[in-house]
Parts: sequence; structure tokens; C-alpha cells
Amino acid sequence: MLATLVRTLGDLQLAEDAVQEAAVAALRAWPETGVPDDPRAWLAVTARNKAYDMLRREAARPVKETAAGWFAPQVTADLAQEVLEMVEPDSVVRDDLLRLVFTCCHPALAREAQVALALRTLAGLDVAAIARGFLVPEATMAKRLVRARQKIAHAGIPYRVPADTELPERLPAVLAVVHLIATEAHAPSAGDGVVRVDLEAEALRLARLLTDLMPGEPEVISLLALLLFTAARRPARTGADGLPVLLADQDRSRWDHAAIGEASVLLAEAVHRSGGAAGRYQLQAHLAACHARALSWADTDWTRIIGLYDLILGVSANPVVALNRAVAVAQRDGPAAGLAALDGAGGMPRSHLWHAARADALERLGRADEARRELGVAAALAPTGPEQRLLARRLDALVSRGADGPLRGTPG
Amino acid sequence: MTLYAALLYYPADSYWTTPEESEWSTDYGAFGLAAGAAGVLRGGEALHPVGMATTITFAAGKDSDLVITDGPYAEAKEVLAGFYLVEAADLDEATKWAAQIPAAWRGKVELRPVVPMNGPSVPAGG
Repeated sequence: MLATLVRTLGDLQLAEDAVQEAAVAALRAWPETGVPDDPRAWLAVTARNKAYDMLRREAARPVKETAAGWFAPQVTADLAQEVLEMVEPDSVVRDDLLRLVFTCCHPALAREAQVALALRTLAGLDVAAIARGFLVPEATMAKRLVRARQKIAHAGIPYRVPADTELPERLPAVLAVVHLIATEAHAPSAGDGVVRVDLEAEALRLARLLTDLMPGEPEVISLLALLLFTAARRPARTGADGLPVLLADQDRSRWDHAAIGEASVLLAEAVHRSGGAAGRYQLQAHLAACHARALSWADTDWTRIIGLYDLILGVSANPVVALNRAVAVAQRDGPAAGLAALDGAGGMPRSHLWHAARADALERLGRADEARRELGVAAALAPTGPEQRLLARRLDALVSRGADGPLRGTPG
Repeated sequence: MTLYAALLYYPADSYWTTPEESEWSTDYGAFGLAAGAAGVLRGGEALHPVGMATTITFAAGKDSDLVITDGPYAEAKEVLAGFYLVEAADLDEATKWAAQIPAAWRGKVELRPVVPMNGPSVPAGG
């Protein structure tokens, strides 16, 4: 409904406000009048009328002259016509939503603005919830949204679905927004949780919406598969002590096997539809599938995983991917090879994960002093409380035990 | 339709007046012809290098001393070298035209929507 109203009114802010006012009106009216036969149409018409009321109010103010002039002819539109227009077939609603997707994820908007808009207008989260999700003050998030909407209005960012020829350059931005929301859910950049369930659910919801809106698009299907594979591990990712459990140590019987099943079916469909030309999300979904299928960490097909990392690096040179590849090399070829891979790849960020992976390889090589030093650095660099505590605990274990036990470094 | 100013930025040391000028003129000629034929061009000028610039301001508000400085407002590696006014349906269409301006591959093109003068809508806040 929001998407349809945006198309008719051409103003995102106005449409959102109108829908909100209509919802409030419904909450007041329905307890007395009973719920109307077609609540959707009732809400739609009420929202549109609210929008016109707001426009009339704004028209009285000279600063908003241009916007009001734009809408004036529509204010007189016949109410019956409005009802017909608002109770539209699903296909029209779907197209409107798709337009909204591409507007929210337009490359002329900053990535953080795209993410905020997607959560606000596509997922319907309120500003406070989005601010919580990204750990910024509510006022900051509200300002970010206002600026994004102003840019859409003043810079003339269009409200339309790109032509098929433009899709290859426009679709990645849409997928990246959803992927970023999921990444923030699984690897919080701050805070005290291991997985942010709220963001994970929203990312999944958006990915499902995209597969509805653009059926048969292989990268869209692959992204949903990737998110499902990752979400399936959630039950095993947090220990009873609230600390993260590394993939190596997870109790795989606690994984959500229904989700893994759905993801596998989706991935097979994506492979079929892409005709062998795997995009980056399909490659990442294959990677996640590889872990999902392995009975244990030791049972993992590291050769296939390294091969997939090589393919992903061919598509986009990503230092985090290079780091994970080095961890896989350490598993297949031993800690010395892993250490060489970690030290060799240029431009790799010296993040807590890099230091932790190095500590792991060093410990397995019996170089306990160096391993302890690396773990100390890793603990100092870790962005979230649970990760800091996990690394500190590993350091304690290493100090008390010496260098005889195995330690494993990849994040879950 | 929205009017966009396409602001052309060039590295300060390679400018209209470098030896490749004639080659540049050909490229700009091609853009002018295409945009002119499509009826989207509403104006545009090339600017002399920033060495020719004079910057004018008041020392502290309108009633204070007028300060006139030789040179550009800001020393920068990339400088404003000219502009076009392009009328387009939306940002995507304006972007297609901007990508055909030689400055887009020799330097950068910044697209700025122009505030309509018949009904000034000044962005609030933000």
C-alpha cells in the first residue's frame, strides 16, 4: 500500500506519514464501527485522503509552493476512482514495491542511506528499531533518513524499475544492501550480542521479498540461499555462557536442518537458472553449502572450499575472503602453509580475526609465545564484548595448558 | 523535468589550455552536438584556469571591509573548469548525459539539481 501511494503521490515522506495517520485513524474507528469488509481498501483510501489533507495544509505555506503545485490537480480526483485505483491487482502492487526497492537502493544514495531506507520503507521498521539495529542514536538515524528523502526529491532520483539492460548494473546495489543487513546481523560491528536476530530476520524477509519481486533471477535466489545457510547455524552459534562458538566447535545437530534443506533447493535452482555462470552470491552460497553438508569441521572438503574462495577472489578482490581462504589452507595443508598464506596475501586487514587465525597456526606449530602475543592483540582489537571474552578465554587456556592442544580460528 | 548543473572538474595542472586542447574541442563538440540535437542543453560555459580567478568576500559580514584575493576560493587538486545546464526527466537520464561529457573520463562531473526560481524550494534542515 505504501509503495502504491508513493507512486501516486511521488513523495516518500508524505506517503509514509499518510499511511501512519491512516493506521491511527483505523485504530480509533474500527473498535466502534467494526472492521470494514475490505480493510486494505479502507486504509488505502484513508491514507490518500490524509495525504491530500497534508498537501492542502502545506499549500498554505509559500515555501512548499512547488510541491503543492505539483499535486493540486490530483486533489480533485474522484473518490470512486481512488477506490478503484487503490484496490489494485497484486501485479500492480508488486511493480510498485519493486520501484521502491530500486529507489531505496539507487547508487546516487550513500550505502548507509540505502540500508536505512530499505529497513524503513521496505521492511517497515520504525526509526528507533533501525537506530538500535545499527547502534546509532535515534536522532542520527532520523536525520539520515530525512537527508536521503530530500536527496530523492531534490536530485530527481527516479521511482522506476530499471530497464532489463540496466539491471546488471543496478541489481548488485539492491543485493548488497540486503547482504549488508545480514552481515551486520551475523558479525555485529559493536554491541554485546553474538547474532542480532532482529536484523537477521529483516534481511531474510527482504531477500524473500526480492525473490517474489524478481522471480528467476539467479543472484537473488542465491542471496536468499546464502542467508538461509548462515541463519541455519544460529542455534549453535552462541554457547550457554553467551560467548560465540566457532564454526569448528559448533554442535551441528543444533543447526536448523529445515533451513539448510530450503537453501539447498534454492541453490540448485540458482545453478540451473544461471547456466553455469555463477555470480558472487552463488559462489558464497556454495561455500556455505559446503560447510552445511560437512558432518564435522574435520570432515570439511577444504579443497573445494579453497577452490571456491579462489573463484570469489576472481570476482572481487576482498581482503576478508583472502583471510578466510588462508584459514582453509591451514586446515588442508597444515599450519605452516596457513601461516605463509596469512602473511603472504597483500592488503589483508590486520583485524582481530587475522591475529586470531595467526595465533591458531602458531600454536599448532608449537610457537606458544608468539601465539599468546597474537591472541592478546586479537582480544584488544575485537569489536564486541563476547568476541573479546572468547579470545581472552582462549588466551587463558593457552597460558595454563602450554602449546599442546589444538586451537581453531575461523569465525562461525 | 529537472534542470541539472553538470559541473566539470579537472586536475588543476591539466586544463583547457594544455596542448591537447584541439583534441578536447573535438570531444566537447561531439557532446554539444548530441545534447543539442536531443534538446536537453540549456546552457554552459568553459572557465579560464584558476590562475585567472579573483575571490571576493567581506572580512566579517556585510558591513565590514571588502576583501579581494588573487586566486581561487580553495586550493585544490581538482578545480571547477566549466559547466553545462542539462534538462532531464530524472537523475538517471541526467547521469546518461553527464557520462558523455569528456570531463567524466578526463576528470569528474558533479551533477547538482538547480533550484527552480519561480518557486524556490530550499532544502530544509539536513
